[in-house]
Amino acid sequence: MKVRAYALQAAIVAAVLLALYGLATLVAAKMRGLGVEPGFGFLWQRAGFDIGDTLIAFDAADTYGRAFLVGLLNTVSVAAVAIVASLGLGGALGLGQLARNRLLARLCEAYVELFRNVPLLLQVLIVYVLLIGRLPLPQEAWSLGPDVWLSKSGLALPWPTFTDVGLMLERPVLGRFTFSGGAMLTPEFLSVAAALTLFTAAYIAEVVRGSVQAVSRRQTEAAQALGLNDAQTLRFVVVPQALRSMIPPLANQLLNLIKNSSLAVAVGYPDLVAVADTTLNQSGHAVECIAIIMAVYLTLSLITAALMGGWHGRLLRQQGGYP
Amino acid sequence: MKTALIAVIAIASALSSVPAHAGKTADAIRARGQLACGVSTGVAGFSAADSKGEWRGMDVDFCRALAAAVLKDPSKVRWSPLTSQQRFTALQSGEIDILSRNTTWTLGRDAGQGLVYAGYMFIDGQGFLVHKRSKVNEARQLNGAEICVQTGTTTEKNLAEFARANRIQFKTLMFENLRAVLKAFFSGRCQAFTADASALASIRANDSGKPEDYVVLPDRISKEPLGPVVRRGDEDWFALVRWAIFALLEAEERGITRANVDTVRQRSDDPAVQRLLGVSEDVGKPLGLDREWVYRMLKAVGNYGEIFERNVGPESLLQLPRGINALPRDGGVMYSPPLR
Repeated sequence: MKVRAYALQAAIVAAVLLALYGLATLVAAKMRGLGVEPGFGFLWQRAGFDIGDTLIAFDAADTYGRAFLVGLLNTVSVAAVAIVASLGLGGALGLGQLARNRLLARLCEAYVELFRNVPLLLQVLIVYVLLIGRLPLPQEAWSLGPDVWLSKSGLALPWPTFTDVGLMLERPVLGRFTFSGGAMLTPEFLSVAAALTLFTAAYIAEVVRGSVQAVSRRQTEAAQALGLNDAQTLRFVVVPQALRSMIPPLANQLLNLIKNSSLAVAVGYPDLVAVADTTLNQSGHAVECIAIIMAVYLTLSLITAALMGGWHGRLLRQQGGYP
Repeated sequence: MKTALIAVIAIASALSSVPAHAGKTADAIRARGQLACGVSTGVAGFSAADSKGEWRGMDVDFCRALAAAVLKDPSKVRWSPLTSQQRFTALQSGEIDILSRNTTWTLGRDAGQGLVYAGYMFIDGQGFLVHKRSKVNEARQLNGAEICVQTGTTTEKNLAEFARANRIQFKTLMFENLRAVLKAFFSGRCQAFTADASALASIRANDSGKPEDYVVLPDRISKEPLGPVVRRGDEDWFALVRWAIFALLEAEERGITRANVDTVRQRSDDPAVQRLLGVSEDVGKPLGLDREWVYRMLKAVGNYGEIFERNVGPESLLQLPRGINALPRDGGVMYSPPLR
């Protein structure tokens, strides 16, 4: 009986592998017919296009491979900023919904309902259009502090750079068209980061609210009986217990956030998907580019899931498992 | 065996050297009573249907001129709107007789696909659209500027090559969607928008809201010669289309317009004019046409300059300068060999 089951499974695996192999051969033959040599060798070819928003130096003479690296770093940076911000905002909103102050609780609920029921793509576009529509031209930039300027070109900041005399703070300087020097957070980056934060925070708020509510009322009553005030009750009794049920759904939200960052393409932020789209247009290596996108998101998601899983496991061990 | 082979070759070459008088495409057009003309699905100034469903544009006018030459009636044209994916297949399969649709002439298209370009109708090139307040007069002054690009096949590459060749730097903002890139440019997010100059002119006229605030810079950073394409294998039809373009240019050079063609035909004693209009010699015969073919084309759509002015020129919606598309005497490259 068992032998038959194994044989059947082996046959299915073999059939799937064979189908994949057949598909790959077919695609390769079709690509050769169009004069494109299949494979990842093109990653070492000259890209020939420029990317505006980069964390590492890049110009048209660099390779497609480096362009992908630029895209990957942009995806990671916008996702990292949005993860930190949405955890903060979502946590505050989640607790806010449970506040004894009725007005505050209703406001937080209204926020959650509004932001989780409007499509994310629309939110990205709204934030972007507001930013580039309402902000002043670089020549009339708003000063937000010494050497900090906000304009249609983005948020220009001083940034430490290595020079001959050591580490120096490089100031942004207004040129004929826009700022150069220092660091520039572009409206594309800001709108993607902001929209991801606002959207994901609404979901995180619900996760936080649910987990806190799942902690037995009696725990709070016991804490108060011991003489702990509200803040202490939350910090030492409720949140540590809530965290255990919070982490797995939170991990889901973070995975969604990372994958949602691909909507950056709508506002021209050069994330991994945008760079891959341009590359496949230029080089004709569509299948390889899509494969790279899939591999990268899979890897990022698995890393996030592993980190969150590790945190969850450690917490459970520290707290001695479920009561 | 060897003699049989020689015999076959001899018969084959004898058959192929039989003169096809006006060409099989022209014969098919006459038999059908209609010229099948492939145009775009809508590019203002080149081929676009107006509010009454009437096709207008330079590429459209050229097909009307051909119908006037071959069928003696400029209205006998069947229009096939084609996307850029469909255009070559439609011509290769024989669905259309001519592709008159803003299509760039390149080596790969001219030699490798069973097609052949008959000449230039309009020489385009990638350009820059800027706001007037930027006070930029030429592309090189855009050093350090943020440039909006719609990612396509060659646009972003041309931009990067131009920057490299001129040792200047741009901050490139790439968008996939045309609406998004226009929104970004007209909001002032970037200081310039780069695309084919004719497309920029159309965007300036139709999408900017205030065309007078924007200007298309004179620089062209890529070569995009657009012209009619025919199938390979019918040299007679190819020659007819090619010389139709030359005749329209020659007419402009000699100052023959739609308005004055009748008077000129009666009064002019310039031998070149008399030849062109079929008064003295018959320049239609080698092409399988009658002697009045140029006269009919001019009556239908006017000379090349008139076609240009009416559809894309300074007085039209697109307001494009004549530039490189002028006759050689005005600094352009629209040169016609002698029609004799």
